[in-house]
Amino acid sequence: MLQNLLSPEFFNAILRATTPILFAALASSVASKSGITNMALEGIMLFSALFGVIFSAMTGSFPLGLLLTMVAGGVIGLMLAFFVLNLKTDEILAAIAINLMATGGTVLLMLAVSGDRGSSTSISNVSAPKIVIPLIDQIPFLGKILSGQNLMTYLSILAVVVMHLFLYKTPLGLKIRAVGENKNAAESVGISARKIQYIALILSGVLASMGGFFLSGGYMNMFTKDMSAGKGYIALAASAMGGDTPVGGFLVSLLFGAAQALANMMQLTDIPHELIQMVPYLTTLVGLGIYSYMGVRKRQKLAGK
Amino acid sequence: MNSAKRFDMFRMVFSVLIALLISFVIIFFVSDEPVTAIVTLITGPFKSKRSMGNVIESMVPLIFTGTGVCIMFSANQINLATEGGFHLGGLVAAAVALKLGLPAGLSPIVAISLAAVAGAVFCAIPALMKIKTNSPELVSSLMINYISLWLCTFLLMHFLQDPSVGSASYKLPPESELPTLIKGTNIHLGLLIALVVAVFGYVFLYKTRTGYELRLTGENENFARYSGINIVKVILISQMVGGVIAGIGGSVELLSPIYSRFSWVSLLGYGWDAIIICTLAKKNPLYTPLAALFLAYLRTGASIMARYTDVTLEIVQITQGIIILLVVAEQFLSGMKHRMIAREARASLKDEGVA
Repeated sequence: MLQNLLSPEFFNAILRATTPILFAALASSVASKSGITNMALEGIMLFSALFGVIFSAMTGSFPLGLLLTMVAGGVIGLMLAFFVLNLKTDEILAAIAINLMATGGTVLLMLAVSGDRGSSTSISNVSAPKIVIPLIDQIPFLGKILSGQNLMTYLSILAVVVMHLFLYKTPLGLKIRAVGENKNAAESVGISARKIQYIALILSGVLASMGGFFLSGGYMNMFTKDMSAGKGYIALAASAMGGDTPVGGFLVSLLFGAAQALANMMQLTDIPHELIQMVPYLTTLVGLGIYSYMGVRKRQKLAGK
Repeated sequence: MNSAKRFDMFRMVFSVLIALLISFVIIFFVSDEPVTAIVTLITGPFKSKRSMGNVIESMVPLIFTGTGVCIMFSANQINLATEGGFHLGGLVAAAVALKLGLPAGLSPIVAISLAAVAGAVFCAIPALMKIKTNSPELVSSLMINYISLWLCTFLLMHFLQDPSVGSASYKLPPESELPTLIKGTNIHLGLLIALVVAVFGYVFLYKTRTGYELRLTGENENFARYSGINIVKVILISQMVGGVIAGIGGSVELLSPIYSRFSWVSLLGYGWDAIIICTLAKKNPLYTPLAALFLAYLRTGASIMARYTDVTLEIVQITQGIIILLVVAEQFLSGMKHRMIAREARASLKDEGVA
């Protein structure tokens, strides 16, 4: 067991398990920074997992399939924004509605496209390729962890850097944070809060859709019913614990990815698998509690109590 | 009924009609026999006594979770643990029925009571985490639902499992079963319990001091705090009462004639359905039976449609989603509402002028 824990394969598995959570956590952070909780991540990921299979099979190409999936994710983000910002729907209830539609809609759509209710095995989709990085793969231990990952995994880590620069180093990022911090103050200096929140939610949809694409075109090579299995919700927790920053979200996602990888590995032991299935959710719950409690203590300290 | 309320009613009916219309359009796209499918969806439940019974039976869990969520959401706590509480309630009821060997009459009472306690404790976890650590109850409740699922599956597989059937418990003893009310259907005593719970929920929320404090906290937490209301107590009570109802719901559903074994190895989704019930009932438990009737009718129709045509049951989830989106959208048809109010104001001014 311990030997397995220290093997490069395990660390490799951590990065793989982190990828979908990380994309969704980034999606959550950009939405939260603009002042909106995007709980529809779960539904967007589920839709995108199916869209990824359909689009990549239709176009016969991975980049085109990914691109179309990202567009579709953006459109769902736009829909959410329209309901929340224009029609003043409660953001949580709107997200629940989208997630419901995703659960039912994906089954309906899969049945129409593939004639199968459970999984999309009959569709030959194109998954994201694995990339072997020359030179790095020669490094002992580290090479096996860092090289040979799925392209989407590298993209997710690149996305952390890009989102960090975007939120903290560009004028648009500043505007997003300003709107999230204080909508009225932002509007008083001529920022259109609605426009900024639209942009943030569309971007959030695009990022979540990349996580969904990875689920069916990388982590697995097909779509199965309800395959997002709460990863969108875990990402919501990851982002909240990471202070809604891309880098913080990345670190917490790694923790949850490790819990998932550990759960996968513990399947080989004698521990009942039902208890193992609980590990990622339990880790998230305990982590969230500890993080939030530390926040409370910090504020009490600052208040001189 | 004043005009604003009347307009709300109209908007809700209109939203439901639009949602059904969109669903029909989708059926036209995915089906080879759309007209038959739609006709079956609408008239299916009336075809036989059994299917009419199905409508009534499927109302029962919806009334329970719907009432629970009405109470929990009225305190402005977006706690989604009803789903897990319901599941846990079912497991506790199964364990009591199988392991304690109590006589008929007593067995369901003990099972339901213990399930109620389990539900209360379970739904209090997100609330306690919110109070003690300031963790968002939305996220923590989503996580504990999965924990409930796997904990129940673990207990099922290791303590209650009947090895001859796989992933289900031993057959529940007849002593624990709730009696049926109408012969030829599965309509059972649980319906009456559910209706009593809905009325209790209404009285609790709208006719008691705690209910008033609860709603006030939900409307404006700061105002409630400055009025001297103990927010912590109110939040905890609201979530525990919701949990009690969810736990009872799960146990009643499991002890009903519909189930002969505990066989829930995935979340059933009644916690999510509760949100549409709560939305349609405008957070008033008294209206949850009506909302549940609507949803149960739609479900039963859809499952009959799925049996006889090529359209699947999942179409209902899309209908549900659209209904939630439109009913909750404050600005939907707001132009019409404004025109209506303006017209009435002009009319009343004219009346005064004449007088």
